[in-house]
Amino acid sequence: MAIDNSVKPLDLDGLVAAGSLDCKFENAANPCGFPAPDTGIFFFDDLASFEILGMEFGINKLTIQVILGVVIVLAFFLWAFRRPKLVPRGSQNVGEMGYLFIRDGIAREVIGKDGDKYVPFLFSFFFLVWILNFMGVMPFVHFPATSVFAIPVAFALIVYLTWLPLGIYRQGFFPFFKGMLFPPGVPKPMYLLLAPIEFLSNIIVRPFTHAVRLFANMFAGHLLLATFSIASFYLLTFTVIGVLGSVASVTVAVAITGFELLIQALQAYIFTLLTAVYIGGALHADH
Amino acid sequence: MTTMSQGLIIAAGGNEEMPSVLAVPIDELIVGIFGFLVVFGVLAKVALPKIKATLEERTNAIEGGIERAAAAQAEAEKTREEYREALAQAREEAAAIRAQAQTDRAAIVDEARTEARAAAASVTAAAEAQLAAERAQATAALTRQVGEMALTLATKVVGQGLADDARVRATVDDFLDSLENSAREAKA
Repeated sequence: MAIDNSVKPLDLDGLVAAGSLDCKFENAANPCGFPAPDTGIFFFDDLASFEILGMEFGINKLTIQVILGVVIVLAFFLWAFRRPKLVPRGSQNVGEMGYLFIRDGIAREVIGKDGDKYVPFLFSFFFLVWILNFMGVMPFVHFPATSVFAIPVAFALIVYLTWLPLGIYRQGFFPFFKGMLFPPGVPKPMYLLLAPIEFLSNIIVRPFTHAVRLFANMFAGHLLLATFSIASFYLLTFTVIGVLGSVASVTVAVAITGFELLIQALQAYIFTLLTAVYIGGALHADH
Repeated sequence: MTTMSQGLIIAAGGNEEMPSVLAVPIDELIVGIFGFLVVFGVLAKVALPKIKATLEERTNAIEGGIERAAAAQAEAEKTREEYREALAQAREEAAAIRAQAQTDRAAIVDEARTEARAAAASVTAAAEAQLAAERAQATAALTRQVGEMALTLATKVVGQGLADDARVRATVDDFLDSLENSAREAKA
């Protein structure tokens, strides 16, 4: 039971209360109406819970998925790179492709020569985010952990708490903030306007948008998928129009699944790319 | 977000308030942070250094291979140059030897020719000398015999003993001289 991923149908006031309607059978023939998915599909019941240092942790679908994602990423790369050979074979080839993609495509491209040091950081983000996104279309899982706001927030927070101290440490406190708030090549009076905006956008809004961009994409994608999946059942009645509607809905759901596969990889890439941009900005003054 | 779906949630099941999707429960946040740190820790400490080392090793191997190939090529080039030089030298030597042989042959032929010529000359000379001696001998013998025959003949004709007379001898000698002289004139 537990993982309550099911959708609570829309009710018509009074009817259910009167016990004259059974809304369990979700179908167009049912007068309860279309059981559109609501935000309830993003919350899960705890299977168990425990306390650490007075804080309660619930073991629910989200927790299990995060653990699953961690295990999958670690298992794959530990296996792929268990005994790396000079001439790569099989999984090492795939793993190397991922490594070179992060190293050459993101770290060196965005950060520059000193980007190699941050490859493990970016690598971990990319593949963890990707697998958590991918779970949105993974059979039997069908839920992207990144569509729960806390997860992108956790990741964005780590990034924020990495580049901010890194910039202060590398450039010094005042040069770092001066470079950020007073970008060169702007008429002096403009700084009155620019400095507060830069401060707001870089220090306050940046981590928030970093998290929301990933969250909103996965959230919307999951909601869309859920809507059309439910509709394909809901519309299926034994009439021509019912079958046609259901088939159309299934088609759209499949199309969206393909689209989601793209979005999942893209969002993982964008998240990692932005992380690299922030780190690069912290390392080098001129940006 | 909540408002969007509010109308839909109200009744079904229970009336519990749906939490906002933008809420960030601390325990979920910690799960996310912890999840990333585990992935990052293990990958950064275990998996990625290995592949990084392998990639560097591969780069070195490829660069080393290229260097080795370049060295081998240089060596091959050098060997070929040496070979070419040796070949040229050998050719030169052969030509010199051939030239030498040519000269030697000419010398040998000349020498042989000279020797043969000398030998022939000496043989000819010897033969000529012998012939001359034989001729002189024959001439001397003939002269005496002709003298004696003439004397005999004259004695017989005259019938007197003139044999030991000095005058007779002188006459004979004069005669012989005149014979000799006439013979020399005829020859000339």
